Amino acid sequence: MTTAQIGNNLKSFFTEIGELSFFAGRFFKEVFTRPFEFKELLRQCYNMGNRSLFLVGITGFILGLVFTLQSRPTLMEFGAQSWMPSMVSISIIREIGPVIIALICAGKISSGIGAELGSMRVTEQIDAMEVSGTNPFKYLVVTRIMAATLMIPLLIIFGDAIALFGSALVENLKGDVSFQLYFNKVFDAIEFSDILPATVKSFFFGFAIGLVGSFKGYNCTKGTVGVGEASNSAVVYTSMLLFIIDFIAVFVTDIFFEL
Amino acid sequence: MDTSKNIAPILRIKDLKKSFGDNHVLNGFTLELFEGENLVLMGKSGSGKSVMIRCLVGLMQPDEGTLEIMGKDISKLAQKEFNELRTQLGFLFQGSALYDSMTVRENLEFPMRQQNKTEEESLKLVHEALDSVGLRDAIDLMPEELSGGMKRRIAMARAIILKPKIIIYDEPTTGLDPITAKEIIQLMRNIQLNYKTSSLIITHDVDCARVISNRMILLINGINYAEGTFEELSANKDEKIQAFFK
Repeated sequence: MTTAQIGNNLKSFFTEIGELSFFAGRFFKEVFTRPFEFKELLRQCYNMGNRSLFLVGITGFILGLVFTLQSRPTLMEFGAQSWMPSMVSISIIREIGPVIIALICAGKISSGIGAELGSMRVTEQIDAMEVSGTNPFKYLVVTRIMAATLMIPLLIIFGDAIALFGSALVENLKGDVSFQLYFNKVFDAIEFSDILPATVKSFFFGFAIGLVGSFKGYNCTKGTVGVGEASNSAVVYTSMLLFIIDFIAVFVTDIFFEL
Repeated sequence: MDTSKNIAPILRIKDLKKSFGDNHVLNGFTLELFEGENLVLMGKSGSGKSVMIRCLVGLMQPDEGTLEIMGKDISKLAQKEFNELRTQLGFLFQGSALYDSMTVRENLEFPMRQQNKTEEESLKLVHEALDSVGLRDAIDLMPEELSGGMKRRIAMARAIILKPKIIIYDEPTTGLDPITAKEIIQLMRNIQLNYKTSSLIITHDVDCARVISNRMILLINGINYAEGTFEELSANKDEKIQAFFK
């Protein structure tokens, strides 16, 4: 790669970051102005939340199951299997649950938004909305970003709960630990400082998922090829952004709660 | 059709220019549409027709020139005022552009969102518009359940739902079989008679232009090349003009 190519790539990268920031700015401007699209917001919440439950549930269950199965031999080696509920719960609630479930949602929700809005863009449906005097940004984008911001934290809480159930199931079957004992130990181990930062960052994850998917779809060009690109790049950009948000969240949490 | 200059046009485009880099798409295009008139605009692909209508409805900003709808210069209007003015414009997109995730009824109700109409009033207008295009039974269908011709008719119903003064048709018969195309042309005539609209029709279809036009403008390289009635232009010996009618 030549210096000129690197320069061009960097330029287009920063241009895109600037456009994304402008897009986010427009969201914050429009979200507080009338008319509010409550009906469409509820529909999007249903689409994103309810229709992702099964996927998030399965992911959470397997996550808890595998994590416990993999950790058991090591903990047993040190005679520390009684630490299993606290170790699994803190890991899942603080870090693994939010990140894995947000990544799954990036694949499902962000790409879905990118493809749907991209397809609407190339088939002139967004233009038709604008011509009819409706603000398509408010109707399509604001509602989707809001819905993702509200639904992702709930999906993460749901996924975490299922993951802990999966973990408890392994402990129950392999370690003769009752569900009651397992969850008593979980609730003993979890503190406010574990739940609050994880919940706060999950709102940011949701915002990123909605924002990037909407940005890619709304600005889609190049016909049907562009729709594929919008969907694909929505997942890639969202995943990158999730890790950046996670890094910042851990950094900030460390300052306030001294991890 | 009286298009004498003492009557103010309902739509006026003057010296419209638009370029994309070195590609000068519109080079001073001018147009006047009078009340009750059906004005057909013909031009080859890439001649700037779509860019012109995108500028007209505010989907694109022109580089130069003025665009007036019902005497109002749209560049001087605030977004809210322009949105109100847009309700006086019906627009039929080439690909119909029906909202995939909505039923026919929801598609037709969509332009009425800012109108503060009751559910009964909205439904009455939806029925009226669907009756005009002969598709009342399709009210609960999804766009994917409609044929190409039905989609075009539903899109026409959506364009007339707010009883606009002007309807812009972008290639209304493109992609349709000849019989359906004739039905659409007949529908356009009926709508003009029943709703007393003025129409700006962008088309390649000579049959459509012959049947529907009161006046025509031929667009070449982003500028008015010729103007007149269908009969006048089709009888013109100029090679470039004759190319449109072959």
